[in-house]
Amino acid sequence: MTVTIYIPGDSGALALGAEKVARAVAGEIQNRGLDARIVRNGSRGLYWLEPMVEVETETGRVAYGPVKASDVAALFDAGLVSGGSHPLSLGNPEDIPFLKRQTRLTFARCGIVAPLSLNDYQSHGGLAGLRKAVGMTPADVVRTVTESGLRGRGGAGFPTGIKWKTVLDTAADRKYIVCNADEGDSATFADRMIMEGDPFVLVEGMTIAGLATGATKGFVYIRSEYPHAIAVMTAAVDIARNAGILGTTVLGSPNAFDIEIRSGAGAYVCGEETSLLNSLEGKRGVVRAKPPLPAIQGLFGKPTVINNVISLASVPVILDRGAEHYKDFGMGRSRGTIPIQIAGNVKHGGLFEAAFGMTLGELVDDIGGGTATGRPVKAVQVGGPLGAYFPRELFDTPFDYEAFAGKDGLIGHAGITVFDDSADMLKQARFAMEFCAIESCGKCTPCRIGSTRGVETLDKLAAGIEPDKQIALVTDLCNTMKFGSLCALGGFTPYPVMSALTHFREDFAPRPMQEAAE
Amino acid sequence: MQHAGTDVAERATVIVHDLMELEGPLLPILHSIQHEFGYVPSETLPVIAEALNLSNAEVHGVVTFYHDYRSHPAGRHVLKICQAEACQSMGSDHVAAKIKQLLGIGFHETTRDGAVTLEPVYCLGLCACAPAAMLDGEPIGRLNDEALEEISAAVRL
Ligand SMILES: Cc1cc2nc3c(=O)[nH]c(=O)nc-3n(C[C@H](O)[C@H](O)[C@H](O)COP(=O)(O)O)c2cc1C
Ligand code: SF4
Ligand code: FES
Ligand code: FES
Repeated sequence: MTVTIYIPGDSGALALGAEKVARAVAGEIQNRGLDARIVRNGSRGLYWLEPMVEVETETGRVAYGPVKASDVAALFDAGLVSGGSHPLSLGNPEDIPFLKRQTRLTFARCGIVAPLSLNDYQSHGGLAGLRKAVGMTPADVVRTVTESGLRGRGGAGFPTGIKWKTVLDTAADRKYIVCNADEGDSATFADRMIMEGDPFVLVEGMTIAGLATGATKGFVYIRSEYPHAIAVMTAAVDIARNAGILGTTVLGSPNAFDIEIRSGAGAYVCGEETSLLNSLEGKRGVVRAKPPLPAIQGLFGKPTVINNVISLASVPVILDRGAEHYKDFGMGRSRGTIPIQIAGNVKHGGLFEAAFGMTLGELVDDIGGGTATGRPVKAVQVGGPLGAYFPRELFDTPFDYEAFAGKDGLIGHAGITVFDDSADMLKQARFAMEFCAIESCGKCTPCRIGSTRGVETLDKLAAGIEPDKQIALVTDLCNTMKFGSLCALGGFTPYPVMSALTHFREDFAPRPMQEAAE
Repeated sequence: MQHAGTDVAERATVIVHDLMELEGPLLPILHSIQHEFGYVPSETLPVIAEALNLSNAEVHGVVTFYHDYRSHPAGRHVLKICQAEACQSMGSDHVAAKIKQLLGIGFHETTRDGAVTLEPVYCLGLCACAPAAMLDGEPIGRLNDEALEEISAAVRL
């Protein structure tokens, strides 16, 4: 029987040499005359073990990693095709604690299936949600999503079902589903992983959204920094159309729905929903004032659902298993699971999907294993460039929207960046201001000019010029930005700046001469 | 070569007519133009503006808003070095300094021999494999000095 060897084609695995490994494996298969085939799967999200090679054996999958091309011959000598043991053996991947401790609902198939195989997709539960939705009324589909408690995973945490209901209730000759795949936040890669590793789940989720709201056209706006995700999604949409999942009769029903893939053009602010809509329309990506809400007047002035990739990719499992099943996970008003991305200076970096409620400390110390450098953790930034820096003292904060807000932080798209004790928090605060200045859409003075003033002020502080005055000035600037900005770019940049200033005040004190002079 | 100007306009016209039926065609057209020429030549703007019934100023405004669109040709290779937080935590400052030194250029510059253009980028979604870069669309993770030396040699070949 032909043996299947899985080698991820995920960008993260490719970045660590998966292509060379795949070529070496193909060479060994040929030279040894073995009856084996290679499948390029997505990543399981255990990036310290990538490239992670898996073999399908009689007793299940056996994993090896991290594999270098130069290890491949020895792996075959050790009997890789039958799961033979080798120093790189990891055993059954599902038993690796990092995977075993997860609750994979949205990422159930990612890293397991061949991303573009509809057969794999369906034999692992794919399309079950859409099949149910086809037999339901739009109002019932919307109600199921509302009752699941799903909140937008793009950052703002707005209840997805309520957004959909507004679009359903707004009469129009044309409506749109827009998937926000701009994923610009540092420390986040969940959207990329799902698009590269299980693209059909996003196609399915968007199609369900179409049925639920009466929208017939969907766009996926993917950042241009993700060429591999764009390629996989484009192929997946074609396959789904040929299979009758998309098109004039979705799964043979009277409903029409089709999807088009669009590429961003390197502007962080285009992740903001109204800026994204302008960009799709072919305009400058400036933020629109709300109201009108996109749900009422969105793309080309039509009612539009705009949701993050993970929000939409979580819908199929909710329809398949029911609102209760999803809602039973989580805590407080944060229901279900959240794919947390552990990144930066961390030993075990990767994707960890879990019910809401684990503490930040568990995630960083237990799951992440502390820093990659082995030095003490000094700070973590949660929620991307607009998220707060938390010190160890706040590690008891549970992963929950309200709990983070209560500590002047945010979950955002659930990325965690770990920093060791060599981090300079004044420098991090300066970067937050600089990033805001680079990426501002230019509409609001506090965001556009305030951020540049912020950089200058922090530079003076670093140079030891009237430190108290600079700190007062930065605090003041942050207040102006917070209350005078139209969107969260200007409005939330104060989070990283003020949290650094509040929790790491010692880094803002005048420095010894030799350091300042370096 | 004398006819470069008309040639550019003609090739742009073909692209514009291929894509103008899309809903919101401007970004796809600009991407396609940049793919064809390596940048967005200023001669193409009037062609686009006329076909889409926009003013030259509107098209120019869009082109300049987005970081991706170039007004000049890039080098044969484009190397993007991530400078965002997760990469910062793993020493992206050092990576930037080292690659600038190896190539003898700064960010947004192209080597004299036209081999490579160096650019900063803010996150590539490789944040668990930091510090990261992208060379001609291919991701590279866990950069160290040795990898940077290999890259700088490879792009000059
Ligand atoms: C500056 C800025 C950047 C944003 N970037 C993204 C992004 O890359 N992806 C995303 O899904 N949401 C992003 N958002 C949030 C969106 O505006 C919006 O809340 C989200 O797309 C709604 O989808 P959801 O309800 O499914 O989260 C950003 C917001 C701001 C202010
Ligand atoms: S806060 Fe900044 S990015 Fe947001 S709308 Fe205002 S200027 Fe644009
Ligand atoms: S436009 Fe002036 S503060 Fe927003
Ligand atoms: S921060 Fe560098 S790849 Fe995400």
